[in-house]
Amino acid sequence: MNSANIFISCLVDNFFPEVGVSMVNVLEKLGIGIKFNNEQTCCGQPAFNTGYQSDARDVAKKLLDTYRDSDDPIVCPSGSCTAMIKVFYRDLFKNDPEYRKIADEVASNIYEFTDFLVNKLQVVDVGAEYRGKVTYHSSCHLLRELRLEKEPRKLIDSVKGIEFVEMDMHDACCGFGGTFSIKMPHISKSMLEEKMKCTIESGAETLVSTDMGCLMNINGYISRNNLKIKTMHIAQLLDSKK
Amino acid sequence: MNNIDFLQNAEISLLNDKLRNSLKNTTNRFRSARAGAVSEVENWQSLRDTARNIKKETISELDNYLLQLEQSVRDAGGEVHWARDAEEAAYIITKLASVNGVKTVVKSKSMATEEIELNKAFERSGIRSIETDLGEYVLQLSEDKPSHIIAPAIHKTKDEISELFSVKFGIPRHDEPEILTAIARNKLRNEFLQSDMGVSGVNFAVAETGTIVIVENEGNARMSTTVPKIHVALMGIEKIIPKFEHLSVFLSLLARSATGQKSSTYVSFISGPRRENEIDGPEQFHLVLLDNGRTNILASEETRESLYCIRCGACLNICPVYRQVGGHTYGWVYSGPIGAVITPQLLGIEKAHQLPYASSLCGACKDVCPVKIDFPKVLLELRKNIKENSTLQHDIHERIEGFSFRVWKYIMKHPSLYRLLNRIAYYVQKPLSGKGYLSRLPYPLSAWTEDRDFPVIARKQFREIWREKKEDHE
Repeated sequence: MNSANIFISCLVDNFFPEVGVSMVNVLEKLGIGIKFNNEQTCCGQPAFNTGYQSDARDVAKKLLDTYRDSDDPIVCPSGSCTAMIKVFYRDLFKNDPEYRKIADEVASNIYEFTDFLVNKLQVVDVGAEYRGKVTYHSSCHLLRELRLEKEPRKLIDSVKGIEFVEMDMHDACCGFGGTFSIKMPHISKSMLEEKMKCTIESGAETLVSTDMGCLMNINGYISRNNLKIKTMHIAQLLDSKK
Repeated sequence: MNNIDFLQNAEISLLNDKLRNSLKNTTNRFRSARAGAVSEVENWQSLRDTARNIKKETISELDNYLLQLEQSVRDAGGEVHWARDAEEAAYIITKLASVNGVKTVVKSKSMATEEIELNKAFERSGIRSIETDLGEYVLQLSEDKPSHIIAPAIHKTKDEISELFSVKFGIPRHDEPEILTAIARNKLRNEFLQSDMGVSGVNFAVAETGTIVIVENEGNARMSTTVPKIHVALMGIEKIIPKFEHLSVFLSLLARSATGQKSSTYVSFISGPRRENEIDGPEQFHLVLLDNGRTNILASEETRESLYCIRCGACLNICPVYRQVGGHTYGWVYSGPIGAVITPQLLGIEKAHQLPYASSLCGACKDVCPVKIDFPKVLLELRKNIKENSTLQHDIHERIEGFSFRVWKYIMKHPSLYRLLNRIAYYVQKPLSGKGYLSRLPYPLSAWTEDRDFPVIARKQFREIWREKKEDHE
């Protein structure tokens, strides 16, 4: 493999571009030539999850048109966006045979970042180094839609200098859930509080995850409550040098 | 019934620390018991697949299997009654009681009887009905309602029960669960002996043999169905399974998923009333088949799998939303993910349109479901139906949201506009973003910033950084 396309989720593009940069750094270090298509915007998940399927379909079509002719695999730094394309597009386009076919093709060609590294490239050690006690939050879509449980852990374990601790209820939702967090903000906050309690009790200084949706939620709590916990997208961890 | 205001109910539940503590303790206990019991079964996943396939086939041929069940129950000497809705079911059962001169009814735990509000119907007919499941008995004494499918009094603390017994029975307070249980047992024993009719639910009804199966741990259902001279069983029409041998699959899944037991303590198989030469059992056996909205679910191919549910409660125990707010918040008989899915379908989506949103779509429920109901998929389908239902879209919030998503769609379809708006937003927020995050935002993001900060728009979008990088290389 010598080249790959990337799909930078709208959260990363607008709020956390450094995560995209880290992903590119890691992939380029492994000798992969990266292509980025300016036509990409969003996978359509916010509308889909809220019930606006026709709006979601229009945006999803735009994304499919962007990638339909990609011969290279597509890599995305989000389990949630990848799950949208790989899993939920099937339902979204069930009554549109033309786009359903394109959706299936793109779905078979798109990889979440850790999936791409571990299963496609067969790499677990990317030569990263990080000093500190790290814990991991499983993003719901990565874990239960894409079934990627061991992949991020293998990558974290291979980082030199790291001390990994598993938190209690690592697989419990952080309370984000897209528009859920503003439709039911108080329940969302209670879920987040429990997630943060588990994080603190783990004794870790750094919380790593694969999705900026979860981390934006978690960061919002950390800064509001002045907690001393650092968060990192896994691409940033893998892009670390001491 | 009024529309269910899940959000309002949640506000009350979230303030109740005692409730949230007992929810966490009990659901944690159930979860670890379940996990242990499941790990003992090597072919757990294939067992789930088998169960789902049986349910799928059964539900798609439900009309035929129900007719077969009706015939088998009659062949076994029982009577079968069909109830279109809650009112009709309550009428049938109270009528059976009054024509037989029944004064006292003992009831075992049944969510279907909650659906039809049977106790109220008995009360209106001047008939005493006593809940005999310990949790349900506590709830009846305190004029409360169940908040969990299998642990109905999960929201009650030992202290509250001890106080309740002391007040209701005029006895000193006892704190030991064993003593409290013994007190209830003693009271209930007398009720069983006095009763003229027993009402039960049904866990499974076998079409080929006309056998109804009831699982329980207290023995009260066995008593309720054998001591009184009349036994009336009420079942939702989806509780049917075609063959007796299918029970080996479902009983194993149910006990392990519900309580983490290999088998429930009591499993009763009841085929008709007492026969000649038999020394015990009731003289009459009646099976009431309840629709109450279930055929509406059947009609929708997209959400039909909601009817596969065997009411184990595992989805409640794993659900992070249920864990925070408890069962009463869901406003009706069923709670947790299964409540969010079936309540809007049974009552009508207008009455419960907030419930499909009572989920972060984390999917933990579908992974523990013994019949593999794809909860996120069904919730998403219901959300779609809500947005397409014009009567539900008049509300100002809904209008703003719908408009926002149309604007969002337009932006996302036009990358250069998307880029331009990002720049405008960046400069608008810049004066407020000194801390590196935003602490106050206007509606609807105010809901977010009430309790957490919002990230600032980055100085450069990724695509900008990428463009510069490419230019550097050229």
